[in-house]
Amino acid sequence: MSSSMVQIEKKPQISTETKKKINMQKVAPYIFVSPFIIVFALFSLYPFINSIIMSFQRIEGINETTFIGLQNYQRLITDPVFYKALWNVARYTFWTILILIPLPLILAIVMNHENTKFKSLFRSVFFLPVLTSTVIVGLVFKFAFSKEATGVFNSWLGHFNIGPIDWLNGSGTGMFALVLVCVWRWMGVNMIYFLSGLQSIPKDLYECAEIDGATTWVKFKHITLPMVKPITTYVLTISILGGFSLFNETYVYWGAASPDNIGTTFLTYIYKSAFSDGDLGYACTLGVAMFVIVVVINLIQVSVRGLFKED
Amino acid sequence: MKTRKRISSIITTVVLAIVGFLILIPFWFLLISSFKNSADIFGQGLNIHLDFSKMSFSNYGKLFTNNDGIFLTWFKNSALITIVQTVAVLAFCSMVGYGLAQYRFKGRNFIFMLVLIMLMVPGDILLIPMYKLMTNLGLMDTFAGVILPGIIPPATVFFFRQYAIGIPHDFAEAARIDGAGEFRIFFQIYAPMMKPAFGAMTIMTSMGAWNSFLWPLIVMRSDENLVIPAGLLTSMTPYGNNYDIVFSGSMMSIIPIILLFLFNQRSFISGMTIGGVKG
Repeated sequence: MSSSMVQIEKKPQISTETKKKINMQKVAPYIFVSPFIIVFALFSLYPFINSIIMSFQRIEGINETTFIGLQNYQRLITDPVFYKALWNVARYTFWTILILIPLPLILAIVMNHENTKFKSLFRSVFFLPVLTSTVIVGLVFKFAFSKEATGVFNSWLGHFNIGPIDWLNGSGTGMFALVLVCVWRWMGVNMIYFLSGLQSIPKDLYECAEIDGATTWVKFKHITLPMVKPITTYVLTISILGGFSLFNETYVYWGAASPDNIGTTFLTYIYKSAFSDGDLGYACTLGVAMFVIVVVINLIQVSVRGLFKED
Repeated sequence: MKTRKRISSIITTVVLAIVGFLILIPFWFLLISSFKNSADIFGQGLNIHLDFSKMSFSNYGKLFTNNDGIFLTWFKNSALITIVQTVAVLAFCSMVGYGLAQYRFKGRNFIFMLVLIMLMVPGDILLIPMYKLMTNLGLMDTFAGVILPGIIPPATVFFFRQYAIGIPHDFAEAARIDGAGEFRIFFQIYAPMMKPAFGAMTIMTSMGAWNSFLWPLIVMRSDENLVIPAGLLTSMTPYGNNYDIVFSGSMMSIIPIILLFLFNQRSFISGMTIGGVKG
């Protein structure tokens, strides 16, 4: 590397030292990523393989297993509760996406308006719900949705001579109670996501459009919407993931078993199968089914996005 | 023009104020319920009636006395899990993220792909095999059983990787010429430069650990090992007799997080929005 005389004299020594260093430089990255590899192998890959094996087993004691072939899967495809869980999470995800993409976008546009006051105060307030545990939020909403006439929602409806409604005992009202918690919790955060997207749009784009005589609507449709598309995709992805792994809120509302399965999701059903019914094998089959469904949805989403990109 | 500006300012501010108000309502309910007699809440549901004659601080006193102060034990459990998990997650994820960002090596893309796949699949699908694994390792009902599986969350690795990739390689090259070893380069040069990332992830990780529910619910079996959310929920089962502490305990559980937020808003918001901006 250097050509000074002194170093040339010490050449053999230096070259072993540099060699060692170059070796270290090659080994170091593996040491840096090794914790991930170990944890991945032990707590992701191994349980994943185990999950597939267990889904073909009947499991009595935790290590007393018998292979029963496809029996768990045969049960799965004819299990009305499984379809009910699928229907519930799909419905829940649909509503949360329908509300939690357009509304936060509109709020973000309002927030981004140059004349809006108290921006940082609003930002803090909008952020509060996501700090709180879903269990605690669920408890508050559970008692607010009390079937008594004195509960929060029933006493509001009482002013219009409606009710009292037994909120958590009906399919539609139960779903409303679930979606409302999600909307309350994520409205502000999604707004902050969209706000960060809006702030990264160069102002000149709007100025150019104005010179060309574009209306507010045209500017929204042809500048704002395309520019926040990555944010929309991100919110869509986390909404789908969150929706399909719904557990805490429904567990707080109903526990693992809800009347007529109105609150049953994949995870509550897995939990119930394993810990109430003691059927670990079938619980694993449900887990595998959930995995396949989530992967299929991700693939659909990626390919649909790919299609739009080609336009 | 000036009046138009003022009108639009009023409209936008009022819209946001209404939304902000709606967001604050549940906190208000929680606050007033925490002063109410639990029999009232269970009998009537949550309501907005402010009847000061029926409200008292006794629920907060019961946090210390009910069931030999079991709430304090839950609080300690949650705090311990949160601290240990946060320290471990930051240490490991920053190393992994740095390794993925700053070196070119065989298998790098493969490992990063694994991280991305894990991001797209909910980890909860592994609940049952993890339960079996923990049982066989003898880690059920232990703190290690709660903490270990969540020690390298893919989202945190992703965050550190994205942050470290923005730091030029030149610093490492220069340090190598000066004779610094690879680990010294990380600890003394890159880790300090990743300080904002550490800030954001400290907050996100501790918030996640503090509020985590499903996994501790499965691992922890005995009453005195529960974390706050699971403990509060079992207080409400027919077997529990700690109804009085449900709402006062809830208040005590969200106050630390809200304080943390008020003093570190920037870190919170950057922690939450990184995925949206770069994902």
